[in-house]
Amino acid sequence: MSKIGLIIGREVRAKLSNKTFIVMTLLAPLLTVGFLGLMIYLSASEKTEQKVLVLDESHLFENQLPPNDYIKFSYAKGKLDDAVKQLIDNDYTCLLWVAPNLVDGGAGTTTLRYKKSPGFGFQTYLKSQMEKILYEERLRANNIDPNIIHNAKQNVKLITEKVADNGSIKDDSSFSQIGFVPGVLMFAFVMIYGMMVFRSVMEEKTNRIVEVIISSVRPFELMMGKIIGVAFVGLLQFIAMGLISMLLYSVLSVFFLKEINKNLELFTQQKELVNKHGTNIDLSKLQNFDEQKETLDLVAKIQNINFVKVFVFFILYFVGGYLFYSSILAAIGSAVDSEADSQQFMFPVMLPQLAGYFLAIKSLMSPDSPALFWGSMIPFTSPIVMMTRIAGDVPYWQIIVSLVILYSSFVGMAWLAAKIYRTGVLMYGKKTSWRELGKWLFYRN
Amino acid sequence: MSEILRISGVSKSYSNHQALRNISLSVQEKSIFGLLGPNGAGKTSLIRIINQITGPDSGEVFFKGEKLNLKHVEQMGYLPEERGLYKKMQVGEQVLYLAQLKGLHKQEAKKRLRIWFEKFSMQDWWKKKAEELSKGMQQKVQFIVAVIHEPEFLILDEPFSGFDPINAQLIRDEILELRNKGASVILSTHNMGSVEELCDSIALINRSEKILDGRVKDIRKTFRTHTYRIAFKGNVVGFTNALWTGADITEKEKDEDVHVWTLKARTTVSSNDILNAVLPHCELISFNELIPSMNDIFIRKVSEGNEATGTQSSFTE
Repeated sequence: MSKIGLIIGREVRAKLSNKTFIVMTLLAPLLTVGFLGLMIYLSASEKTEQKVLVLDESHLFENQLPPNDYIKFSYAKGKLDDAVKQLIDNDYTCLLWVAPNLVDGGAGTTTLRYKKSPGFGFQTYLKSQMEKILYEERLRANNIDPNIIHNAKQNVKLITEKVADNGSIKDDSSFSQIGFVPGVLMFAFVMIYGMMVFRSVMEEKTNRIVEVIISSVRPFELMMGKIIGVAFVGLLQFIAMGLISMLLYSVLSVFFLKEINKNLELFTQQKELVNKHGTNIDLSKLQNFDEQKETLDLVAKIQNINFVKVFVFFILYFVGGYLFYSSILAAIGSAVDSEADSQQFMFPVMLPQLAGYFLAIKSLMSPDSPALFWGSMIPFTSPIVMMTRIAGDVPYWQIIVSLVILYSSFVGMAWLAAKIYRTGVLMYGKKTSWRELGKWLFYRN
Repeated sequence: MSEILRISGVSKSYSNHQALRNISLSVQEKSIFGLLGPNGAGKTSLIRIINQITGPDSGEVFFKGEKLNLKHVEQMGYLPEERGLYKKMQVGEQVLYLAQLKGLHKQEAKKRLRIWFEKFSMQDWWKKKAEELSKGMQQKVQFIVAVIHEPEFLILDEPFSGFDPINAQLIRDEILELRNKGASVILSTHNMGSVEELCDSIALINRSEKILDGRVKDIRKTFRTHTYRIAFKGNVVGFTNALWTGADITEKEKDEDVHVWTLKARTTVSSNDILNAVLPHCELISFNELIPSMNDIFIRKVSEGNEATGTQSSFTE
């Protein structure tokens, strides 16, 4: 057993002394969080102040455009040239010019001249406000009270609640939307570390050190030492990346997510209020979150996830899925002389995982389908598929059965892989086929 | 001398060919045993069975009187023919790792490695990566890996390939020293010069079968062809007549007034008979028997075997 320890130790040291590995461990979370931060920063920069000078020759919008926290409107009179001069001389950021024939003949075309680039959000806001004013204007022109139209329209919101066997009700708010993120991560992690084992096996074979090693230890010990060693490296890297990401995320949220969290709190309170009292409360007192509703719903869903549960099962499924697939990849690595030769074997290995990935995407549509159930039981797909379901409401017996199947399949697969491995590492110069691998399974040793 | 390794009736076959057919041989303690044979004869298969990398289909192997088992692994050292190192790993690190796999403690391995590095004057290689070393340098490292745990039994497969003459001599001396200290060595090589120089006994394997084995001296004696080389001055006609009944002259050379002839004697004729016959007719300068070299014996035995089955030898030196 101490020899397995030596092999594990060497494998871990070899990976940890690899500079690329260290750099990637540090860089990956930086890039991920940095990308997230950039997105948030970019959407926040939409809210930069705009002082808009409006020259409205149609006289439809005068003193009508509603300002908000960061968009202010001033209204100019006179000619366009004067207004342009005003824009240049004063601290206005842009000039909205509405032609006299906006409605009749202008087909709604207006011009926005700017000194400071108008963000997409600002443009959308401006457009929607102008359309609203024109819409109401037309209604009035036809003697229709705009309030009648507004009141006639009723939005429907569907709240999904799962009824458990004991009658308790749970707002599962369909986790799947976010669930496939851990599923995809699982796919990526299992493949990354599986390939690490594959390369490590192939390296020992091609630089021909393997013969010396297996004259000291049994091939099974060498293979398992490698698989376990890389598992340690993987867990270490996973935890390191997780911690760094969490740290960066909390730093980031202090600076950027403060407002979103504040809004979310208010949003949640209002939702509860409406749920309790129905429409009997004074709706005008509530803040309107229409624009941010989607984001807030998503953030609320993320915050509702039981992260500890997801994390624990992610680790369990990652280790199981990795052990299972890395046994297969170790066997393949022992059978080939170069990465190029491995193509024919790689595709069938990737295929079930891709199937799992598509099932995961399908889970967005129907989280409780039989295909998903079986996908989360079969060891080839279970790590990916079960991860997409797990933060939702999967019965624990299913998780336990699926984990037991996964880990026992690993034992079986490792046994088969070892048979191929011990023959494969000593075979050189022959291009191996699936048939050949099958034969190796039955070699006596 | 007692026996350290006994192989009895070992056969091994792979899916499409038989690698070893009923091989039996025995290696004595404190001796160097040459395992010879053309490429593809089955030497590596046999070596792998001794190393327990694979097992025989039938037959048995005994190490120091015990049936071969995993515990013996630590008492054997192995230098494979196709050998390599981890390219990116420091030389010192990897020798320590491989030594520990052979059951040596880290501290002890470090101590011994320092001694070896000093012996081969490669102290400053410790921190170098294997890929930075030349092929000959790597070979030295691999040799150290095979012997650092001071195995009682050493298997060296083509240990001299890749070495320049100076380093080959260094390794040759090392092998002899290990033998003198009590180790037994199996030497598999195509270098027949080193077989004559080093080996106490040999086995010759061809086409999966053992076709010859025994002590090197005995084998060479068995294969003697009663050929003599005689150098003399004097009467050529009288000399020729004197040999008439006892031997054939196969080769005649003349260097100034010295004749150097090669004679093949009838089997019943001894060297004394020849000398008695020719001495009255010449002034003898030298007389010696031409004992066939291992190289001659190797080629003769292997091509005999191949002719018997009517195929070409695949042997290349």
